[in-house]
Order: sequence, then structure tokens, then C-alpha cells
Amino acid sequence: MSGANRIAGQGRLTPARTARFTFDGKTFDALEGDTVASALLANGVHLVGRSFKYHRPRGILSAGPEEPNALVDVSRDAARRQPNVRAPVQEVFDGMKVESQNRWPSLAFDVGGVNNLLSPFFAAGFYYKTFMWPKAAWEKVYEPFIRRAAGLGVAPTEEDPDHYANRYAYCDVLIAGAGVAGLSAALAAAEAGARVILCDEQPEVGGALHYDTSVKIDGQNGYDWAQATAARLEAMENVTVLTRTTAFGYYNHNFVGLVERVTDHLTRPDRKLPRERLWQVRAKRVILATGSIERHMVFANNDRPGIMLASAARTYLNHFGVAVGRKVGVYTANDSAYEAAFDLKRAGVTIAAIVDNRDKPGEAVLAEARKLGIEVLTGHSVVDTKGKLRVSSMSVARNGGGSARAIPVDALLMSAGWTPSVHLFSQSRGKVAYDAASGRFLPGTYAQDCLSVGSCNGTDALQATIEESLAAGELMARATGNEGGGKVELSGENAFDWTGGMAGSGEGAGVDTTVKAFVDFQNDVCAKDIRLAVREGMHSIEHIKRFTTNGMATDQGKLSNIHGLAIASEVLNREIPKIGLTTFRAPYTPVTFGALISHSRGDLFDPARKTPMHAWEEAHGAVFEDVGNWKRAWYYPRAGETMHDAVNRECRTVRNTAGLFDASTLGKIEVVGPDAGTFMNLMYTNAWDTLKPGRCRYGIMLREDGFVYDDGVVGRLAEDRFHVTTTTGGAPRVMHHMEDYLQTEFPHLKVWLTSTTEQWAVIAVQGPKAREILEPLVEGIDISNEAFPHMSVREGKICGVPTRLFRMSFTGEAGYEVNVPADYGEAVWEAIWARAEPLGACAYGTETMHVLRAEKGYIIVGQDTDGTVTPHDASLSWAVSKKKTDFVGIRGLKRPDLVKEGRKQLVGLLTKDPKVVLEEGAQIVADPNEPKPMKMLGHVTSSYWSENCGRSIAMALVAGGQSRMGQTLYVPMPDRTIAVEVSDMVFIDKEGGRLNG
Amino acid sequence: MLLIYCPYCEEERSELEFRHGGDAHIARPANIADITDEEFQDYFFLRDNPKGLIFERWRHIHGCGRFFNAARDTVSDKFVMSYKAGEPKPNLSGEPTATEKTVETYEAVEGIAK
Ligand SMILES: [Zn+2]
Repeated sequence: MSGANRIAGQGRLTPARTARFTFDGKTFDALEGDTVASALLANGVHLVGRSFKYHRPRGILSAGPEEPNALVDVSRDAARRQPNVRAPVQEVFDGMKVESQNRWPSLAFDVGGVNNLLSPFFAAGFYYKTFMWPKAAWEKVYEPFIRRAAGLGVAPTEEDPDHYANRYAYCDVLIAGAGVAGLSAALAAAEAGARVILCDEQPEVGGALHYDTSVKIDGQNGYDWAQATAARLEAMENVTVLTRTTAFGYYNHNFVGLVERVTDHLTRPDRKLPRERLWQVRAKRVILATGSIERHMVFANNDRPGIMLASAARTYLNHFGVAVGRKVGVYTANDSAYEAAFDLKRAGVTIAAIVDNRDKPGEAVLAEARKLGIEVLTGHSVVDTKGKLRVSSMSVARNGGGSARAIPVDALLMSAGWTPSVHLFSQSRGKVAYDAASGRFLPGTYAQDCLSVGSCNGTDALQATIEESLAAGELMARATGNEGGGKVELSGENAFDWTGGMAGSGEGAGVDTTVKAFVDFQNDVCAKDIRLAVREGMHSIEHIKRFTTNGMATDQGKLSNIHGLAIASEVLNREIPKIGLTTFRAPYTPVTFGALISHSRGDLFDPARKTPMHAWEEAHGAVFEDVGNWKRAWYYPRAGETMHDAVNRECRTVRNTAGLFDASTLGKIEVVGPDAGTFMNLMYTNAWDTLKPGRCRYGIMLREDGFVYDDGVVGRLAEDRFHVTTTTGGAPRVMHHMEDYLQTEFPHLKVWLTSTTEQWAVIAVQGPKAREILEPLVEGIDISNEAFPHMSVREGKICGVPTRLFRMSFTGEAGYEVNVPADYGEAVWEAIWARAEPLGACAYGTETMHVLRAEKGYIIVGQDTDGTVTPHDASLSWAVSKKKTDFVGIRGLKRPDLVKEGRKQLVGLLTKDPKVVLEEGAQIVADPNEPKPMKMLGHVTSSYWSENCGRSIAMALVAGGQSRMGQTLYVPMPDRTIAVEVSDMVFIDKEGGRLNG
Repeated sequence: MLLIYCPYCEEERSELEFRHGGDAHIARPANIADITDEEFQDYFFLRDNPKGLIFERWRHIHGCGRFFNAARDTVSDKFVMSYKAGEPKPNLSGEPTATEKTVETYEAVEGIAK
């Protein structure tokens, strides 16, 4: 037998099928189908954890996902380890390793338990008060201390070896919860022909039927009916039944997130299976059948191991065949707990007494208790408990202050009634309404196309639940256009209808008491903490929640919410609905990062864009840099070269001989149509009507506010066709910007825009020998200096393939940019390289490209500009047409601040010591001895060692920069202050003669 | 995740396929070069950020690529309608705007807390 507390003939697990696991190093036997909680209880283990703040010994409170105490660390192997797993949810598999958390050195003897003795210092809001001063102590003293003392589990450090799946799904009706309500709704919807997804967080359908063995549906045992119904639904083509699947988040427009736990319960999972699967469901209609959660009673020392919810004890008995004690007490304000006592009693467990704080419980349960010989103490309360690592007795007193009598127990079951699970409803932005008669919040105003049925809707009686659910299922199916089937009818019967329930603190834990009566077990919040919060001025439940941490973390109000509200309501003397209800946030229960990110990790985290020449570059030793998603060749080190050596060599070679550069990543947009010229005039500052076909021009694009948005060389291929280039990073947004204006402001223009970035491979051939390299390869284009001068474009052929050949330069050398269809890129590159290499040319990367352009003062939008720079600030006034009456940004440029004196302007900087290279981003001041805070004049935007100049060069944005030529400014650094001279931005070939070489 | 009706594709598609484009029905002045600073400020910088009904632009950027306009309740995130660019602003004065019922719980209790 797997565990001394397993009762023969009870429960639904198969005794022959066993599994072994360890808890804190000790081996235990379990049955297949056990949860960690049921297996531990079967072995008489109640102590499973230490509480968050006070390190109090804690046991298993529940049999479901609301579990606040029994959080354990579960591992399959070294890498597959997960902390904070709720023991009642995790199914046991053979070989599983379970460790308790938040204790040192051992669970039974925990040093942190001293916090319990120091608890007066840990009152509500103590984080805010105790650790306020001095600020510096936070990092070094307080935070590490709090983290050690108050930590929950320890996060795994190894990479997660499992994989996760993601699926989008669509249906007519999504039903969350597969208890009586969900199954009935699913049956009705499915029979009407609707596409149905039914999900439930438990391994099997049935919900409350797991424990409520008195229910019969259509004459069949309730649990068996549930399984048969699920099988019937699964056999239907229009239905998907998902167990071990939690609907964790309800988002806009009936978009619901489900997480399916696929392998966590398997001993030897097929590694091809994902560990978890995220379902992103868009449902036309949603039915919420999420049930309700039993509340605990709030009384002194209500947190000892062995004290648990009555329905949990019933689940452990009726489903798992486990008796949670041998002499069990019951403390209740609700009839439902009686049935736990009845079931245990019939299974041979002694019931010490049922303590009912009501004077008049339901007649039916009283009669049954009498029949079974169970002592019932009405009008009594449990006012305290004893027992160090497990409850050993309950102190019972008559309400109103009689003397207390200790009754020995080894388990204590409690029930303060049931809280409808309105979490998903609330997440859907539905507004709950307080039902004063039953003292609970129920779905009120719906915000989306959904309906709540069964106990989450406040419907208590079995037959009423069935009928409501069948009706909702059919209604939702009809509403989504399904006309099949007839009416589904079901009839249910159960032993007792439950009455009663209370909220707030019980006897002995009321106003003016200081006992530890826990409201929120997970966050160690007691009734007195909530009263303290109110006394300190927190009058809204949202403030109380944040001050006390009540209902935070994984609880999300499942157990603590209503009690917290009732206690605040009592001290504030204001009705519960006036205090409000905290907003429920997704996820309903914790979701792993793995499920959320699915395959989006490692290489698949973000796509890598590679140019057609990437393989060649790789083979020739390029080091790559990331530019957006692009992988760009950064530099090509030769044997023994540092980056600095390689860049210096590449820079020299381009200016002295020639170089090949992969410029394919440049954004490219084809602007075509009879009004293309007009459109270009509006989108760029330049005048395009004067640009003849076959010529190119450097264009500047502004936003409407007058700031530089993008730039690039534009070639006019024909009257009605422009080949526009953009910055590498700017291509998508420039396209979007152009489309925006074309579609919404200038829709009368006949223009078509096509992104062609990836259609062209671009090979820049730059340097004195560029023409010599290309000439023999080009067909049909005269590339002589006279026929094809700087800033020209022609269409023709190169190496037998079509090309758009540009004569242009981003280096200041004579140069060409060879555009060929992307598929020919590598072959043409190789052909050019075969000519270039023997002539002494090199391949160069983006670093050399940056240095060479800076030597010429060519700006890079986004590096030398930052979204607050006008063309005038960047010395590009020549590119702004003065004749045009309209272009995007024309008005913005005239704004007072944009024409003001003293704006930051781009200038060159030469360090007084030519060997010193400035740091990009460094600040610039006029007076290095000025007291702090110093007046910053601007910052360095680009800075390099220029091998060709034999010194460092830099560009900077400096206030009033263009009027400071020749001035000495200073760049203060942590270790020294660097003197610089303001210069123009052209450091080489100021006349530009080399361009025409 | 919103479900957005594209008036060009004539289909509801997931928000992933769209990009938001700011307020709708703000026409670029035809004489933009000549407008005053105040007029430019109103045109380019100032927006209402209403609680309730808003007219806004969307682009079906990963679909048909078209810009269109939509009327949405900023509290419930429900779309009242979407329509093609260039069509006049619909008169939706009969539509309920944000009411007490649709106001977040937190805000509802904030007043009491104050
Ligand atoms: Zn579309």
C-alpha cells in the first residue's frame, strides 16, 4: 500500500500502479494519478513548507490551484527543475524529486522561524517604513536581507532543455471549466453543431464531482457521467476537449490564452513532445464555467499543518483514497463541510466534532450528523489551535466569550463558504456586482460576448446549474449560426443543498485582537494587518492590498479577497461594495516563460537577415556586426591583425587602390508613376523636377516638424521612375511614411511604391582603381568619366546579368554601386573580386565605411542626428529647396525654435593631441574649470582614428557650432580633460576632386 | 489582442496585422507653408486623448497595406465601426460613450479613497 493513510476501497486510483518519488531526500511511494499533495498526505506528511514572511510551518491547505502554502521545488533532472510548484496540482511521476522551499537548514528546524518571534517588526507596510533610510543601505543591506529572509523558491540556473509549442485556434464557443456546468454547456453547444473547445485545468474533467460523490446525473454516478460525457464530446468532430489546460487570461475581443501541460505528469516523456502548449484562442462566444473556491475560516493560528479546506479533505478521500487524519475536527459556517465529515466518518475516520459558528445550520445536514453519531457544536467557534509541526488540538468556545475547551485533533477541516471564481470574467473587463443576500461578488455587466454559468455565476443548486448551462450552450451555439440538433436534457440529484457562509474574521480574531489569524497564507497577512492598514489611512481596497500585500502573488484574491474586504468593511463601517474589489489580473495561475515565448529563443528569438554575399564574406574571414536584424561584414581581419590593424589597412587600401563593400542592406524603394516627380518633391526637401533621367541626387527626408527623418541617394531612371535608397535601419519606416502620405494626404497622385530592398544585391566598388576593375565586366554602358560622371545612373548589364549601375560615393573616392538582382549577387561579387584582388584592392566592412565617410563629413542619420536635428543644423541647407512651396517639413522648419540662434549644429572636432580618439557620446564644455553642474554644449556623435589623416577625427553636435570654428572646447572624461578644436567636417580632399577621378 | 475589421479586405483580422496611426480626420493644411505657429501647433502637436469614443487611423500593414479609419471606445476597446480613408467622419453622437458602468474599478474607488 502506498502510504499508511490510504484507505482500502476508497478513491479512484489503481493500487497496482505505483510510482516513487523523493521529498527532501526521503523516498515515498505513490500511486499513478496522485498529486504531490495527495501522495505526501497518504504518507502522513503534512508539513511541506515555511511561510513567506514569518517562516511558520505550513501544510497543504487545498486540493487545487488556489494552494497558497504547499509550494515545492520539483525536478526531473538537473536542468528540468521548477520552483514554486503547487503540490496539489503537480502529478507525481516515477523518479520525481521534490524539495521544500524557504527553509534552512531543514524544514522541521528553520532558523528563519525567528522572524515569527520578531513579527511585531514585520507588521503590514513594514517594507515601506523600516527600510526607508538611508537610501544607500537598500542595495547593500536591506534588499539582500529581505530576499534571503523572504524568498520563495530559487530560480533554476541551467538553460531549459525542453521545448514548448504555440497554437492559434478558432471556435464558435470556448468553455472554460469542465465540471457539471462546463460539460452541460459543451454538450448543448456541440449538439447544436457549434465548434467547441472545452478546457479544464485538472487531469480529468469533473470539477467538483471529484469530491462530491453524492451527485447523480441521469441516474449515473456524477464522476462517471463526467468521464462518459467527455468521451462522447471527444468523439465529436466539432469538439476539442483539453484537460490539464488552464484558461489563464481573457483578453480583448474574446481572445483567451490557454496553457496545456503536456508532459509534466509523464515518467518518460517523448522528447518530441512539447512540455507545454500555449493555445491562443479566438472564440466567437465564451462560456465561463469556472466554479467556485472554498474559503478558509479566519481564526487564531489557523495556519498549522493539518488545517485544510473541507472540500480538499473530501477530494483526498473520495478521489485519492487518502484520509487526511485519524481524528478530524471540522470548523464551519457552511453546510458543505458537513459532507466532508460524513464521508470521512463512513470511511472509518473519527470526527472529533463539527464546530459550527452558526446557531442554525441546515436541517438536513444536522439530521444526517445525528444519524452518523457526529457531535455538532452549533453557536461555537474554534478560537485557537495547538501543535508545532502539525495541529494537535483545537480550542472550542461558545460564541460570545465562553471558556475554551481543547479538543485533540490531528486534522482540522474548515469552510467559510464558497467564493465564485470571477477571475476570467473580471479579466474580460466585465464588472462584478455585489450580491448582498449571499455576500458575494457575481458577474454583473458583461463587456464581451460571454456568459457565466454554474457556481461562478452564483447558481448553487445542481439542477439549476445544469439547466442554466444547457441553455447557455445552446444559446451561444445558435448565436454563432449553428442550427443542428435538438434539445439536450439532463437531470441531476444530490444529497444536500448547501446554505450558509461567512466573510471576515471569526470569534477571537475580531477587532482589538492581535492574534495571528491568517487571511492570506501566501503573503502572511493576518486580520490585524488589514485593520492596521485601515488605521494608517488606507481606505480603498487597492491601497489596502498594496500596503499589506493581501491577495498579491499567485493568490490573486482566490482565498483572501472576500475575507480582506469584510475585515476592512467592518473597521471602516462601510458596506463591502463601497470598498470595491481589486481588479483581477492575468494570469489566473502562474504561466511559465517557456510557454509564453515558445520557439522564440536562441536562433529563433529574432530573424537574422543575411545579404546574398554573406557566405562569401564568411568564407573570407569577415567579422559580422548586427545592424537591426541584418548581419553586416564589419571588417576582414587577416592573420595576426587586430580590428584596428584591419580597419587601418582597409581604409588605406580604398583610398590608394580600391575596395569592395557589400551595401545590399541599404533600403530601396521604387517610386513609379506619372506623378512620381511631384510625389518626390513633396517627400524630400530637394527639388526633383530638375533631376534628369540618368542622374542621381542626395535626398533628405524630414518629418512634418522639420527634423531629419532619413536620407539617401535617389536615382532617376526615367521621367516616371525613381530608385530611392534609404538608411539600412530606416527602410520600413520610410516606406510606411511614404505610404501614409500617398494614401491619406496625396491620394490624387498617380504613384506606386514598391519595397525592393531584398530584390537588389548592391556591390560598392570604391577607389582610384574602381573603374579599371569594373570596365571589362560592364556591357552596354559607357562608364568613362565623361559619359558617366559622378552622380549618374544607367541600366545595362554586368557579367551578363541586368544591372542598375550607379556612379556614386560614400567614401569620397570615385566609386560605383553595382545593383544586380539578388540571386546574382554572389556570382557578380566573385567576378568583380576576381578583377579587384590582383589589382591590390580589398574587401572592406562597415567599420571602414564609417571611417571613410567621416573623413568626408558625410553624416549617418541616427548617429550624427537624433531626431532633433534640422538640415541646417547638419550643414545640409544646400539640399533644401528654396523654390518649392510645399514639402513635408516645410512649415516645421520655420518654427521659432528651429530658426533660433545657438542651436546645436554638426561640426568637426580635432583633438589638440592628434593621437587621442574621443569617445562617442562624450559631453563638450567651453570651460573645463567651471563648477558643477557644468554647461554642456553638446556631444560627440562620431569619432575614429583616421589612418589616412594620420590623426583622430570626430563629429559633434555643438551649440552654435558653426560660429565656433577654430575655438578650443573641452571634453571632460573621468580621468582627464581633452582639449579639442572646432573645425569643419571635411577632413580629406576638401575640394572633392577625388570623386571625379 | 484586438480584432480589427479592415474595410478593404472586408474581414476581421488580428491586431498583429495592423499598425496604429494616431488620430483620424486631421487633414494636412493645403497651405501648410503659410499657416501660423498656433495653427501648426494644433495640426501637428495637440491631440485630445478622449476617454470614450475616438476616431483613429489604422494601417493593415501586414495585410493589404491600406490606411483606414476606425471609431473605437477607449474604455472598452470596442470598435464601433471602421471605414475607408477619405470617407467622411461618421456621426456617432447617438453612440454611448464611456459611462460609469465601463469605468475601471480602481478609478471607481479612487474617489472614495481621496
Ligand atoms: Zn486589409
